[in-house]
Amino acid sequence: MSFDVEAVRRQFPVLSQRPYGKRLAFLDSGATSQKPQAVIDAVTRFYDRDNSNVHRGVYELAERATAAFEGARKKIARFIGAEPREVIFTRGTTEGVNLVAQAWGRANVGPGDEILVTEMEHHSNIVPWQILAAEKGARLVVVPVDDRGEVHLADFERLIGPRTRIVAVTQVSNALGTVNPVKEIARLAHARGVPVLVDGAQAVPHTRVDVRDLDADFYVFSGHKMFGPMGIGVLYGKARLLEAMPPWQGGGDMILSVSFSGTKFNTIPYKFEAGTPDAAGAVGLGAAVDWLEGLDRAGAEAHERDLLEYATARLQEIPGLRIIGTAPDKAAVISFVMEGVHPHDVGTILDREGVAVRAGHHCAQPLMERFGVPATVRASMALYNTREDVDQLVRGLHRVREMFP
Amino acid sequence: MSDLSDLYQEVILDHGRNPRNFRAMPDATATAEGLNPLCGDHYHVFLRMDGDRVADVSFQGSGCAISKASASLMSQALKGKSAADAEDLFQRFHKMVVEGDAAQADGLGKLAVLKGVADFPTRVKCASLAWHALHSALHGDREPATTE
Repeated sequence: MSFDVEAVRRQFPVLSQRPYGKRLAFLDSGATSQKPQAVIDAVTRFYDRDNSNVHRGVYELAERATAAFEGARKKIARFIGAEPREVIFTRGTTEGVNLVAQAWGRANVGPGDEILVTEMEHHSNIVPWQILAAEKGARLVVVPVDDRGEVHLADFERLIGPRTRIVAVTQVSNALGTVNPVKEIARLAHARGVPVLVDGAQAVPHTRVDVRDLDADFYVFSGHKMFGPMGIGVLYGKARLLEAMPPWQGGGDMILSVSFSGTKFNTIPYKFEAGTPDAAGAVGLGAAVDWLEGLDRAGAEAHERDLLEYATARLQEIPGLRIIGTAPDKAAVISFVMEGVHPHDVGTILDREGVAVRAGHHCAQPLMERFGVPATVRASMALYNTREDVDQLVRGLHRVREMFP
Repeated sequence: MSDLSDLYQEVILDHGRNPRNFRAMPDATATAEGLNPLCGDHYHVFLRMDGDRVADVSFQGSGCAISKASASLMSQALKGKSAADAEDLFQRFHKMVVEGDAAQADGLGKLAVLKGVADFPTRVKCASLAWHALHSALHGDREPATTE
């Protein structure tokens, strides 16, 4: 089995279209990845054939729907090295962080306590903690990022103190691509008895993740960034932590019995899955896992590394272009600014060349502030991108330079 | 489909590069903030009213060529106008850029160069940002204006 990018591309219907009559160079997979036909088909099949509510009916359809839903949970558990009961379906990474901040945080964070985050976190790994901190009289402590866009273990060592209740850190920076040493961070935190939440949204599409190996206490990610559907995501939590946590949302499916004198909550993972879930989304995510596991993933990773190196080198051609985030260990994400042109204008001009990039603060305003830029252009690549996409980006950037000399 | 050159006209590029009235105003009688939370474009608009007349307008902040040029052209267009005329200009500009009513361009003078923005839905908010801030300043709103 070897990695064949052209064969992979053919499985993504979106990629064959021609915006403005140009070849589409989709370089915004950090925002959301495209979906292979296998995932689209799995979602369609669920609605075509199996649709009914899960965990409720006693009839054939309901059984199939439940089996498909729970089957997806098992696949995802295996995919990240967890037990199925440790896999909680959420709407996405954001909901996963909020769930932990609210359910775990409410029970474990008090006045004067500290929550450690890094300067490179996505807003979704900052704001839920700020809300909790404000509610509890706790405070956020921030691990700084250096000029290359890296965090340092020494800072974690220095900042994890007796009041630290949790460390919340991203595995891969969405804005810069920096890969953080989350395993070492977890080791440091655990040595001080502090649990760690890892934001894996940008990591799972690029690399194999084993939550046991990382020893993450909580690991959150989204389906839609790893070739699955939007609206579905996963919170992994160590079983003993999840069991000790109070429920988050109340409703159907999360209870064993309800009476006005008292309600008994369901066991994990169901305790955290109130209401009808996005079962088709979960099935689609299961299909994305199958699809990824059918690939030569080492080959895909090598392909992405090649793309990153090639793009990094080629972007140097553009006069006045500066890459933000130059850590030695990066995912295939390149953030940059161009002298004299705002990222928004770069984005519009590139769009007309068929190149889709993100221009903005990437929901990481503190990080933008750290680098003294209001926004950047971000080209984020996935395993279906090619050197041709990079060439098209570079041609587009030359065009930007013509318009904004 | 409109062309990029409809959007990035020479006047816009010029005002984006060298914005006019791009300064703080210590004696402003009203100020307002404009913020686009999606892209982080952020401006402060300063107004000095002399009775009912706009004696001076300026702005500061950061954003793309479109938002900056629009703010710059706005500052030039407003100077000397009465509050009612400024409001009228705001409404006409809004109709032209947000609602795509090209007929409004006739009464807008130099601001007509921003007409092409209406064909770029993702950039409409850029062009209208400073105007929303102006509107807040004219009406004394305290919350930052956003394009959302």
